[in-house]
Amino acid sequence: MKLRWQMFLFFVTGILAMSCGPQKSQSPQVSGDLQAIATERGLTPDDLVAAAKTYVPTGKRDEYYMFASGGHSGQVLVIGIPSMRLLKVIAVFTREPWQGWGFSDETQKILSASNPKGTKLDWGDTHHPALSETNGDYDGQFLFINDKANARVAVIDLRDFETKQIVKNPLLLSDHGGTFVTPNTDYVIEGSQYGMPWLGTYAPLSEYKEKYRGAITFWKFDRTSGRIQENKSFALELPPYWQDLADAGKLVSDGWVFLNTFNTEMATGGVEDGNPPFEAGASQRDMDYLNVINLRKAEELYKQGKAKKINGFDVIPLETSVKEGVLFFVPEPKSPHGIDVAPDGRYLVVSGKLDPHVTVYNFDKVKDAIDNKRFDGTDSYGVPILKFDDVLEKQIEVGLGPLHTQFGPDGMAYTSLFLESAIARWTLGGEWTQKHHKEPWTVIDKISVHYNVGHVAAAEGDTEHPDGKYLVSLDKWSIDRFNDVGPLLPQNLQLVDISNSDGPMQLLYDSPIGIGEPHYAQICKADKIKAWQVYPEVGWDPGDQAKSPAATVAGGEKIVRKGKNVEVFMTAVRSHYNPEHVFVNKGDHVTWHITNIERAHDATHGFALPYYDYNLSLEPGETQTIDFDATQSGVFPYYCSEFCSALHLEMAGYFEVKP
Amino acid sequence: MKDIDLILGPRVPKDVLAQERRRYMLPSSLIGAAAALLLVSIFLPYWQLTLRAPQYPEGLKTVMYVNHVSGDVDEINHLNHYIGMRPLQEAASLERASSVFLIVALTLLTLSTIFVHSPMALFCALPAVAYPAIFMADLYFWMRNFGLNLDPKAPLSSAVKPFVPPLLGVGNVGQFRTEAVWETGLFLAIAASVLVVIGLYFHRRAYKPLLEQRLANNAAAER
Repeated sequence: MKLRWQMFLFFVTGILAMSCGPQKSQSPQVSGDLQAIATERGLTPDDLVAAAKTYVPTGKRDEYYMFASGGHSGQVLVIGIPSMRLLKVIAVFTREPWQGWGFSDETQKILSASNPKGTKLDWGDTHHPALSETNGDYDGQFLFINDKANARVAVIDLRDFETKQIVKNPLLLSDHGGTFVTPNTDYVIEGSQYGMPWLGTYAPLSEYKEKYRGAITFWKFDRTSGRIQENKSFALELPPYWQDLADAGKLVSDGWVFLNTFNTEMATGGVEDGNPPFEAGASQRDMDYLNVINLRKAEELYKQGKAKKINGFDVIPLETSVKEGVLFFVPEPKSPHGIDVAPDGRYLVVSGKLDPHVTVYNFDKVKDAIDNKRFDGTDSYGVPILKFDDVLEKQIEVGLGPLHTQFGPDGMAYTSLFLESAIARWTLGGEWTQKHHKEPWTVIDKISVHYNVGHVAAAEGDTEHPDGKYLVSLDKWSIDRFNDVGPLLPQNLQLVDISNSDGPMQLLYDSPIGIGEPHYAQICKADKIKAWQVYPEVGWDPGDQAKSPAATVAGGEKIVRKGKNVEVFMTAVRSHYNPEHVFVNKGDHVTWHITNIERAHDATHGFALPYYDYNLSLEPGETQTIDFDATQSGVFPYYCSEFCSALHLEMAGYFEVKP
Repeated sequence: MKDIDLILGPRVPKDVLAQERRRYMLPSSLIGAAAALLLVSIFLPYWQLTLRAPQYPEGLKTVMYVNHVSGDVDEINHLNHYIGMRPLQEAASLERASSVFLIVALTLLTLSTIFVHSPMALFCALPAVAYPAIFMADLYFWMRNFGLNLDPKAPLSSAVKPFVPPLLGVGNVGQFRTEAVWETGLFLAIAASVLVVIGLYFHRRAYKPLLEQRLANNAAAER
């Protein structure tokens, strides 16, 4: 305690010294009495230190970007670290009016491409964002995210922070082990969650073992076009266990992929009929299986044409994987959740929700056992099972309900403890001991979080070169942390300072998230992201990342009528649309292109058309299109919905539909 | 005696040139340097106006070259339409189209004084001496023309009265502070102008004696 007060005095003296320095002549001080403020607001010295570590004054930038899933909002959140300020909500799976997402033809095209046959999806359940990597480190170019509810994967371009592509998994209706990328983003990994008959087919639950399946899909990513190539992607058929989280190998384990499974009991529930409910039925066995997948070998088989088509998609059958040595199981403590590969690619860290240990496997031992075929029988589908003790490196008792692990640069590992509402900091062993000079495989610190932490995200904490410094605890419950807002509470993202491995971790900041449940997040150094200020050319279609054929330049505005088809080529610039009158007859089909011809940073215009239910966001240079039948006669004032200038309210026009 | 000889003036005898090389080389090199500066200035900005307002933290720049305007021209035009000013592209189109040709001609004319050893050299060099002033006068003419002829139907015509931004230094228009500075090209042109004046002084000092001697010789021959 004494030390803390010394720190506090040092801090106050520092502030006062600064305030008495040359700055005083530049601007008058608002107030220099920090101690009085702290006393009045009931702030401790630690609080003041936390404030000083997180406060980002106006005009200054954050050091990191955090990309967090938006959970069942279906979107992605972009948050600055250390300020924890929300920078943007990127629309992905859900229609979003601010960005005009799902309103324009260009954005509807991306959304509708991912609709399963016969339905139109309106939301998504985003879980695990994955930044693109080059040589195992984030490169700041692309972000991928999955939709658990409908087994979809989205590609976001980080030049404009907009979604470019959404692919629908043709086999499945739920995923969880995604997205994860291989060290050079050749593949985006998507593992299934709940076992099901292949999408579009029916089989009764009594035929669960025979007809239900899981899968892991490897989406081929082409960096040049910035798109997943569906026709170069493939999946592995897996037993109908419930697949959970995955991770790609790196360095020594490059070319391998790891995927957890639970419910190896293949329970089918039915509590209403007196059967054990899933929560019990799926937790009977002491061990479940870590799937170890030889991706290089699988890719070879796929290229040799050993995949078969299911729903038009290439799938390597389970028996082929078994025969060719693609798939192996490693026993893991029951009900596992996270599988996280350490920065060296050697240690594989598994957390079992119901086991107080993290289980660390050594990939060298896994590889050796596979190469020498040291198996302990097979499961009922014939998949060889490795011996637990043969591949185990260490089990460390970290606390209750361990879920996920991230890493620091110096051999520190950080595991979330759901039941304990805490983060455990523990040491890796082996060569890491030379870096941290501490007792290996030992918990050295623990910090309480509030409450029920799911994932943790450390700065670049799942790459080959973690930064340490910051960790965010993604807490499911906030209970008493914020002002009451009714029975539905925000989630709590807590920022933790992990920069000092020799001292305690410090909780810095609580950030309420009132839009959805962020599952996982990744934290990327800000200077890696090279975002555009405006679109590269006037008339840009962000959907194609190319100039739109409907691009309209100033002076090129026109309304083209061909029978009942009316095509409008409009420009928007401060502070008017051109044309300001659009006249059609009732029943005409209207195709309406609008180009924002601005080149100024932040000169975005909106386009709101009432009754017809449109709102567009037209960022500088952007072209967007809407098309509809003018079914309702009347006069509809359209207007700019993004405050653009002093004469913003005057930026309007009339859409006249004559009966 | 032919007219051309009258214009070109006397040649320097070889033996005199050999003895007093510096005397004759000095005006030639000063004028040559001036010509070079003029040519280089074509590629450099002459003048820059920066508009500063809170929402433009980096300012909006108009950078004037002899044959084009660069910088945030589109954005400035957007803003100017509110006060009814014509787009900057409509200003000085004849000047911008002909400037490179004119400066090259100006340079050649200036260089010709190296070979013209008569008072005619003064006329050949005068355009280069006056050039910076002409440039500024033309710039002022267009700024005045644009600033004073605002469209009275423009949205902000009542808020911003006609104005002429300064050629150098600061001014104010609406929420903008304007800062005009002279740029490298203009300084080169001014330097060229000064070099030509100095060159002409040494030119006169070098060739006047020769000219007087020729006149004396001619007079003697007539007698």
